Amino acid sequence: MVIQTTIWWITIAGLTVVSAAFLYVIARSGKVADAAEVQRGANLIRRWWFWALIVFGVVVAWVTLVPFPIPTQDAALKADQVIEVVGHQWYWDLSESEIKAGSTVEFRVTSEDVNHGFAIYAPDGRIVIQTQAMPGYTNKLLYTFSKPGTYRILCLEYCGVAHHNMETELEVVAANGGM
Amino acid sequence: MSNPTLYPQNERLVGAERVIFNLYIITALIVFVLMMVLGLAMRMAQGTWIDVPPDLFYMIMTAHGAGMVGVTALASCAVMWFFLRKYVRLNLAIFTANYVLFLIGAVLILGAVFYGGYAGAWTFLYPLPVESQGTWSIASAVVFMFGYLSIGVGFLLFYLDTMRAVIRVYGNLGRALGLQWLFGGEIDKSHPKTVVASTMVMITNSIGTLAGAIALVMSIINAYNPAWVPDALIIKNFIYLFGHMFINATIYMAVIAVYELLPRYTGRGWSISRPFLWAWAISTVMVLTVYPHHMLMDYVMPHWMLVMGQIVSYTSGIPVFVITAYGALTNVHRSGIRWRMPSRLLMLSMFGWSAGIVPAIIDGTIRVNEVMHNTMWVPGHFHFYILLGVLPMCFALMFHVINSRAPTAQSRIGRLLAFNAYLLGGLVFVMMFLAEGRVSVPRRFAVHLPEWISYDQWASGAAIVVIVAMLVFTVQIIRGLLKSGDDADTAHTTG
Repeated sequence: MVIQTTIWWITIAGLTVVSAAFLYVIARSGKVADAAEVQRGANLIRRWWFWALIVFGVVVAWVTLVPFPIPTQDAALKADQVIEVVGHQWYWDLSESEIKAGSTVEFRVTSEDVNHGFAIYAPDGRIVIQTQAMPGYTNKLLYTFSKPGTYRILCLEYCGVAHHNMETELEVVAANGGM
Repeated sequence: MSNPTLYPQNERLVGAERVIFNLYIITALIVFVLMMVLGLAMRMAQGTWIDVPPDLFYMIMTAHGAGMVGVTALASCAVMWFFLRKYVRLNLAIFTANYVLFLIGAVLILGAVFYGGYAGAWTFLYPLPVESQGTWSIASAVVFMFGYLSIGVGFLLFYLDTMRAVIRVYGNLGRALGLQWLFGGEIDKSHPKTVVASTMVMITNSIGTLAGAIALVMSIINAYNPAWVPDALIIKNFIYLFGHMFINATIYMAVIAVYELLPRYTGRGWSISRPFLWAWAISTVMVLTVYPHHMLMDYVMPHWMLVMGQIVSYTSGIPVFVITAYGALTNVHRSGIRWRMPSRLLMLSMFGWSAGIVPAIIDGTIRVNEVMHNTMWVPGHFHFYILLGVLPMCFALMFHVINSRAPTAQSRIGRLLAFNAYLLGGLVFVMMFLAEGRVSVPRRFAVHLPEWISYDQWASGAAIVVIVAMLVFTVQIIRGLLKSGDDADTAHTTG
């Protein structure tokens, strides 16, 4: 399952829980009970609810931050290939545009003018990774291309009136040279 | 506990107060409708239902973003003023000045966009305002930024006046926040939640607005002296601190309507507690430190700041889920609440806020942000809690006020239909954004690929439904506000 689909279903689950809580309370709002009694019960649940959220948050933070998803920016990276990327209004300048499948590529992304967003779209049309292209800075992005195909690069940071036209392509070829 | 009074005497609007309040609300409603129409135009253009050239699309996008943020702040500021004036003595001239400066700012912004062609987005991300490849002039960018400065000065004046007034009554801002009760002591149960929330906003949004002013001044200096080049990363930090703070302050100002009004419709008190004070105290810190979650894809940022952005995004949800939304649900649960337009809207607002932060918090995860940043997922979550959260909070107060002037229920069926249309249209509208985020549709694209267009068309249809409902709200509220009836009817209580 692609990560976007996982994110979508987690979100739907969260929205369902929130909706269910509201619908439950609305449905029972007409059955009047003593306020102090309701408050006592709610306080008890709240304690558990608070600690459940804390534990859940700590676990999710640990799982998603270790190992840290962004490569170190101030040391050499272990990559099979390095591609220099420069964003301009409104085109990309890439030092190379062909990659061997299975290789890990370090993209050194910067901009000559305004802020741009360097986003790599897989052949199935989903984003696989992105970083910002900023004037005066170089963001180093590391990505391993496992599947061959044509990957599109779109700009994801609004950069002026032709922003939507700012795209290019990367060819990821099979290790034996074919597609 | 005795039933809280539905329309207390000390909320009456008389004389100039009433005129200024009406001006705030009527202006806000009209601008909301206009900005929604601009939003609809963008969605219809993406859905190929209408033809909008890209340069015009991005001008509309800029006006929609700036207009919506500004007018939401204006409406929620009116909510805060309406309730805070019961507890402290606010200066009406300052409140009026804020309105006038807002209008001046709005005229400058609209002029810069629709006359000057400025299309640098509401975020004015340096150096885009001054690097447009000739599509708009430096002058129009500077006029746009002066428009922001005018609005910012107005809000700063308002916050300074509220600080002065709060300090006069409570001694200092810490006592107004209730910090003296965090670790012990008997809490004064009569300490108003409105004062706590307002104090948090006046502290944090003054800082946020000043951060925005710094970014604006740096950008304006650079516009006329290009030899002086600000650091793009530093200015980006200032811009996102400002942008995040300013729009979040609208929630914290508008939620005062929930604290004040909901107990009146449930007939149950909702008194202050230690967890409540803790929630607002830590929110004061969190709302200022969470902004790096907008910069998770700026890999050169210090990584500890990015980790902080993710962790604080998570912890920011706790005060909502455990205190405010949970407290509202507890207040309503088995209360025999009177379901009227204001109480329906208050409940909707709590749902919209709580539900909207689910996709927001998820997107605050670096690993998620790598595939969702600047996709339609982002407008999905913020439209969720603004369209279905903040706006209903403001509408609840508006309907409450007009009901106080004409307590007999009029056009109840029309209101109910409009409410349901707003809810259903709003839900479909925001879910389309999220669904587009799932398939990696970029935000801020004038032209969409064929496979994305069906989402845009569904969103356009839903937006039309929302706008029709909004028009009904607008007409009813404006007619109600302009009625000459007396404001407060103390004979009406809950129960």
